[in-house]
Formats: sequence, C-alpha cells, structure tokens
Amino acid sequence: MPEPKVVPPLTGAAAEQWSRRLTRRSFATGAVAALAGLSAWRWLTTADRDEGVPWPLRRVLRFNEKLAEGLGSPRGLAPTFPPERVRGEPRTNGTIGLDGAVDGADWSVRVEHESRRAVAAQSIRLQEIQQCPRFDLITELKCIEGWSEVMHLGGVSFLDFVTHFRLATRSGRAPDPAGNPADLYRYVYLATPDESYYVGLDMASALHPQTMLCDMMNWQPLTRTHGAPLRLYVAVKYGIKSLKRIGLIRFQDERPPDYWANRGYDWYAGL
Amino acid sequence: MNRLAPKHPRAIRWMHWFNVPLLTIMIWSGLLIYWANDEYAIRAGDATLFHFFPNGFYRALDLEHSLAIGMAYHFTFMWFFAINGLCYVLYTFISGEWRHLLPNRRTPREAWQVVLHDLGLHKEPPPPAKYNGAQRLAYTGVILMGVGSLATGLSVFKPTQLAWLTDLLGGYSLARAEHFALTIGYVLFFLVHITQVLRAGWNNFLAMVTGYEFMSVEVKSHA
Repeated sequence: MPEPKVVPPLTGAAAEQWSRRLTRRSFATGAVAALAGLSAWRWLTTADRDEGVPWPLRRVLRFNEKLAEGLGSPRGLAPTFPPERVRGEPRTNGTIGLDGAVDGADWSVRVEHESRRAVAAQSIRLQEIQQCPRFDLITELKCIEGWSEVMHLGGVSFLDFVTHFRLATRSGRAPDPAGNPADLYRYVYLATPDESYYVGLDMASALHPQTMLCDMMNWQPLTRTHGAPLRLYVAVKYGIKSLKRIGLIRFQDERPPDYWANRGYDWYAGL
Repeated sequence: MNRLAPKHPRAIRWMHWFNVPLLTIMIWSGLLIYWANDEYAIRAGDATLFHFFPNGFYRALDLEHSLAIGMAYHFTFMWFFAINGLCYVLYTFISGEWRHLLPNRRTPREAWQVVLHDLGLHKEPPPPAKYNGAQRLAYTGVILMGVGSLATGLSVFKPTQLAWLTDLLGGYSLARAEHFALTIGYVLFFLVHITQVLRAGWNNFLAMVTGYEFMSVEVKSHA
C-alpha cells in the first residue's frame, strides 16, 4: 500500500483522480501480498515431513522445547491438591499393550543399560520395587486430548527407585544428578512387555521429584486398564508419557522412540 | 463537498490485514485440537441447546483426527499472532493513535447512541469522529480479548511451568474453557465487524486499504 510522496490534492476532480490511482496501487500491493501469503502457506503445508509434521513446524516445536527447558521446565513442581478434590474412579483412556491378564504377585520389570558391561540386563521383581519408600501424589493429570482430572497416585518415586537399585548410571553407582551428572544416561525408554506401547523420557523429567512408578490410583490397586500391576506417572508431561504396565526400562544416550511421537505428536510433550 | 483525508496509518493497515490469516489459522488449528475433546455446550438444566460442535461441522471443514498437526500449527502460529498483536499495541501507543481508540468519558453514552441509531431506534447519528464510542469499545475490547487469549493459551500450554497463571485463571480446565469462549468472541466480533463495514460502505472500507478517505465537510458560505 504505497503512501504518497507528495501532499495529495484534497478536493475536487484532482483528488478523485489521485484517489483512484492510489486505490489501484493499493489493491495491486494487496494482491501481491495475498499471493505471497498463499504461496508461503502452500510451501509450509507441503514441506517435507519431519516426524509427521512439516519440517518448519517441527523446528518451531523444538524451539518451543528449548525455550521451556531454558526456563526450567523439568525442575518446577506440578500443583498438588487436597484429597477432597479426587472424585470417584479415575478416567481410563487407551489400552494399547494391555492385552491379556497379568499376575501382579509374580511381576518383574526388565531393566537394561546401554553398553553397561557389568550388568547388561537385569530383572527386578515388583515386590522388591515396593520395598522402596512409599510416595503419594495428588495432582491433575492432563491428557493431550484436552481433558484433565485430579487424581491420587501411589507408589514409589522414580528417583528413589533408581537410587535404591543403582540404575541410570554408567558406573553402576547410585545416581548423583547434582554432583556427577555425566554419570547419568541421557534418556530412559519404557515399554509394555510386548513393546506395542513405548515412551521416551529425558533424564531430567525421569528424575523429576514427581515422576513415579505407581501401583495405586485413587487409593485403590491399579486395575488392568490403568496399567496393573505397575505404571509410570510423569507429572511434567501429558498423559501419553505415563506408560501403563511397565515391562521394560532401558537407560540410553540416544533419544528413544515414542509411540505418539511416531504418530506426529511432539516428542517433548512437556507441560 | 468531499475532502480527501488520511485516515489509517500504513502500519495499522498492514497489521490489520496480517491478522486476518493469522487469526484464521489460529482458529482453524484450535478447532483441530478442540475436536479431540469437544466438551462444551450451551445447556439449560439437563437439556443441551447447542453442542460445540455438531459432527457435520467437523466433517464439512475436515477437522477430524488431526490433533497432532493442529498442535503443531497452533504452537507455531501463536508466535506470529502474539508478535503482530504486540506490535499493534506498541505502535498505537508510540504513534498516539491510542487517543482515537481508547474509551473516554463520553464513550459509554455515545456507544449506546450508536447501538440505538444502528437499530433504527434513534435518528441522530453519532458525532463525526475517527472512531465513535461503539468502535472505541469494540476495538479496545478485541485487543483485551487478544491479551486474554495469550494468557489463557499460555496457561493451558504450560500449566506446570506457569502454574501461577493457570491458578490465577481458575485452574486448568477453566482456563481451557476461557480460551474457547474468547475464540467464540472473535467470531462474534467478526460478524458484527463485517456487518458494520458493509453498512459503512466502500469509501470507509477503502480507507483500510489505501489509508485515505473522502470526508464530507460542510461548505462554508463565501462572503
């Protein structure tokens, strides 16, 4: 929309003529801008896909992630609530990887460390995990679909779990995130026993004080559809990261695959 | 007689027109997200008067099963929407345009007159000015709605990191409902805006394109 370089005539036929010329030029500019916008949109919507979405969008999502991490996302605590706020049965959603019955009494979780020599894989029995100090949390689960629900989660904190069993480190010593962060693997991969559902977590989110292994929800033992006998709960992520029926936990340096990230969702999914 | 006069500064025209596709993309991608949990409705007691939205609406606009891509667009274009809005607010303050836009003491009375006049209940038109009282309220209000959309949007986007903001807005699910209500507000604003632009005519519309408008001035008698 060009601006006049000289003071335009203000009245009469000269003004009419000047106005007509200005209108033509303005609409021409507008048309060029609209065409440029449309081609930019076409370029964006047809750009090569990066993890399921056009790559420029993926870039911005990664920028958003960096910004959130820079502002201390994994360290803040999710709000907690009084028990009165918990109502009835927790809502269920998603049963991928939950086929067949489970035997809680005999359950064990396979734990692996990428290229750790001494113990490449070990099996930890549920009953051993339950020896860790009990941890209870009443917080609001946020589903990526848009609903949320205040619920109680009972179990053991993931940090206590890895500390007690000396996991997540290259050395095989108990983790010391503040003193020796380099000893920690960068990521955790968790999966159902059949690996049909799987999630990846960065180590900071995994060791967040509200990340936990749960065997109780709303003060009741976990049901099959909630992931019996042991599930993950990650307060700083959308519910898609809170894997049900944990069969495998692997510590590694490569960013693990994630069931929903493979379907176009943001791998980070941080709140 | 008619006198050609500058009306809308170039910056305001560009930002106004930029906002058209930006808001459209935000509402479209917002609908892709909302579809995944379309829980809102206008209810009277147990009866649902209107459900946001009927299935035919989603189908007609191809809004189904696109949560992931909707989030990707929404969390990308939020930046452009926010930056454009911020530039507009800064510009109106620096340039002094805010004097025409912010409500003043006469605004409520004048806005009421405009409503009556536009409904044909009141003969006298509002006093000539760049923006009448109703416009001042509408254009200031829609900027406040923009601020509200950013605040509610951020509180739903980062409810742990910005827990204080989510709390301030009444909690996560309420903030999401507020975010949705504001969007409905934009649609209503748009309908009234388009109606009024159509009523005001070509010359008025042209001013948002060229920046200039023919104003009628009273002819002074020559001595």
